[in-house]
Amino acid sequence: MIKAGIDVGAKTIKVVLMEDRKIRGKGKVLSGFNQEESAKEALEQALKEAGLSREAIGSIVTTGNGRKAISYASGDVTEPRAAALGAVFLYPSARTVIDVGAEEARAIKCDPSGKVLDFAVNEKCAAGSGAFTEAMARALEVPLEELGPLSLRSTQTIPMNAQCTVFAESEVVSLIHSKTQKADIARAVHDGLCSRVVAMVRRVGLDPELVLIGGVAHNPGFVESFKRTVGIDDVRTAEEPEFVSAIGAALAVGK
Amino acid sequence: MATPTKYPTEALKCWPKAKEIRQQYYKDYASAHDRGGIRWSGGAWAFDAVPMGLGDDVHVMTGEPYAASIAFDRKFAQECQDATDARGWARDLCSYMRIYWGSMYLNRFFFGGEFPKPDFYYQTQICCSHAKWDQEASLHEKVPFYCIDVCVGPYETLTEERLNYVVKQLHDSIEGMEKTTGRKYDDEKLIAAVHNECRSTSLWAEICTLNKAIPAPLDEKTMFSLYVLNTLQRSSKQIGDFYEELRDEVKDRVARGIAAVPYERCRIITDTQPPWGFLKIYRYMEQFGVVSVGSLYTFGLEGIFGEQEDGSWGPRKTPQQLGIKIKTRDEALRITADWNLSRPQWQHFYDPAIKTRMMLRIYNEWKLNGVILHLNRGCEGLTVGSSENRLGLIKAGVPVMTYEGNMADEKEFDERRTTSRIESFMETLGLEQIPGAVAAQAAS
Repeated sequence: MIKAGIDVGAKTIKVVLMEDRKIRGKGKVLSGFNQEESAKEALEQALKEAGLSREAIGSIVTTGNGRKAISYASGDVTEPRAAALGAVFLYPSARTVIDVGAEEARAIKCDPSGKVLDFAVNEKCAAGSGAFTEAMARALEVPLEELGPLSLRSTQTIPMNAQCTVFAESEVVSLIHSKTQKADIARAVHDGLCSRVVAMVRRVGLDPELVLIGGVAHNPGFVESFKRTVGIDDVRTAEEPEFVSAIGAALAVGK
Repeated sequence: MATPTKYPTEALKCWPKAKEIRQQYYKDYASAHDRGGIRWSGGAWAFDAVPMGLGDDVHVMTGEPYAASIAFDRKFAQECQDATDARGWARDLCSYMRIYWGSMYLNRFFFGGEFPKPDFYYQTQICCSHAKWDQEASLHEKVPFYCIDVCVGPYETLTEERLNYVVKQLHDSIEGMEKTTGRKYDDEKLIAAVHNECRSTSLWAEICTLNKAIPAPLDEKTMFSLYVLNTLQRSSKQIGDFYEELRDEVKDRVARGIAAVPYERCRIITDTQPPWGFLKIYRYMEQFGVVSVGSLYTFGLEGIFGEQEDGSWGPRKTPQQLGIKIKTRDEALRITADWNLSRPQWQHFYDPAIKTRMMLRIYNEWKLNGVILHLNRGCEGLTVGSSENRLGLIKAGVPVMTYEGNMADEKEFDERRTTSRIESFMETLGLEQIPGAVAAQAAS
C-alpha cells in the first residue's frame, strides 16, 4: 500500500510517498493561501515522480501547522511526532531531533521507536526560526541561499544582542552603517538564531546523537554556527531535511 | 487501545446558586448608592473583612474577577484594553488592570449601565501591579485610596514585628475609612466578618482537598466558577454558607464515586489564571481522558491550607475550630493579618522554591501525572518564577508542559499552537484521544 505523508508547513508543503518503508516519490510547493490546493499540487508532483496514479494511495496522513486543513487526509500527527519518526527512520540512533522550519523551531527528545519523550517549541515569535534568517538576508540585501555560504567566510565573532527579529534587523542595519563586513554580520545572524535553538535543545536535554532537520538545515552557515554553539562537531544533517517530517507522517499511518 | 473506564457524572447541584450569588453581587454593588449604602473597590486580596465594620450596607467590587468576567467576552475585553492603551499605558501591564481601567475610562459597566464609581479603594500591595492599579483608579475617580503593604516575607519566617507592621496599617486604614464615610466603625461586625473570612477560605481548602479522590469530583474548569466567590467577598456570611453546602455536595460525590470527567485516566494541575476566552482547552484535554484537578492558583489564591495531623495538606483550622474567641478590634485584625499572610499564593513572591515545594506536594498528594504551566504574559505577579518552578518539577521527575498566553488579552494566545502542543504533551504521556469522549463532546 502506498502511504502519503504531507507536511503542511508555513512556507512550503512537502509530500512523500512510501511503500514498504521505501520512498517512492516526493513533491514540494509553496503553501500559498490555499493550503488544500497547494497540497494537491505537491501530491501530484510526488505521484508523477513515482509513476503512480492517485488511486494507488491507500492512506494520507498530514503534519505541520496546517495539518487540520487538508480535508482528504485520513489522519494527522503532531509535528514533534512526525519529526521524530522521520529522523529515527533515516538515522536509527537519533535521540535528539532539531527541526527548524520557516515559522517554528523545535527540539525533540525521542526513544529508538521515534516516540516523543519531551519537546520544546519556540513561542509566538519568529526569532528562533527560518523567518529570522529571511528577514536578516533582506536587511543585508543578500539572497537567502547565499547567506549561509557568506557567513562561512567570516573571520570574527560579532556579538548580536537582539533576540527579537525586529530589533535584530535594526541591529543589522546599524552594523552595516558601521562598515562591518557582511560576512561577519551573516555569522552573527546565525549565531543569534542558534542561541535560541540551542536553548530549546538544552531544555529537553542534550543527547549527542542529534540530527538537524527542517528547511533551515540546508543553510551551511546555520549548521556551522549550531555545531559551535552546541559544542558538538558530529551533527548529522538530513540530505533533504525539509522532507523528514513528511516521511514521519507517512510512517505514522496505522501506528 | 482499550476503552478506559467510564465513571458516572452528574451536574453540580450548587452550580445555579453560585451563578446567582455572583450576579447578585454585581447588582448589589451597582445599586448600593440607591439604597444609601457604601461602595468600595480594590483587589481580591484586599483585607475585605475590614471595611465590613462600616455597616451591613457596604458593597465591594474586586477588580480581578470583574476583569476576568470581561475577559470571557473577548470583544468588550479588547475595547477596554484599547481604551487603556489609548491613554498611553504600556501593553505589557497586567491585563486585568488594563481591562478594569478601560471599563472605567469608557464609563461602561460590564453588567449594564455606567461604571459604578466607588467611595474609596482598598487594596494590598504584594503583586507588582495592585497598588498602582488602584492608585490610578482613585486618581481618575477622585476618591481616597488605602493600601496595605503586606510584603513582610514568607509566612514560614513571620515574626511578631512583621505581623505588627501589617496590623498597624489595618488600624490606620479603619481611621481613614471612618473619615471618608463619616460612619462610626463597628468592631462586632469586623469580628463576625473575620470569622466568616476564615470559614470561607478554610472551607474552600477543604473542598480542594476532596479532589484528592479518584475520580476527581471536580475539574478545574468548574472550580474556576466556584473559587471565584471567595475572590468576590470571602468575609460574607452568604459565601461561607455556600461553601458549606458545596463541601457537603462534593463529599457526597466522593462517597458515590461521581466524576467530573467521565474517562478520567490522567490527572494534572495547571498554573496561574487560564486564558479566560479559551477555556475550551480544558475540554480538549478531556478528550484524552485528562482531568485538571486544580492548580496552586485555584487552590491557594483564596484557599487557606495547613498541615494536617498526618502531615498532608488540608484546610487550615479556623479560630472558631481552635476555640479562639475574638473579643477586640486588635485581636480581629491580628487574626485576619496572620490568616492572609499564610495564603499559599503569596509565598512565591519571595522565592520560587517555595512554590515548587507546594506544587510537588500537590503533585504527590493529589496523585498527578503531569503539570501544565501557563506562562501568563498578562500576570507578571503570578508568573514570576514559573520557569524556575518548571526546572524544579522536572528535577523531581514530573512531566511538565508550558505554553505562553495571556489570561485576558487574546492577542497573546495562539489557540492552534497551544492545542497542538497539548496533543504532543499527551503523546509523551502515552495518551491518545478517546473516541467516546470526542463523540460525547461533539454531541453536547
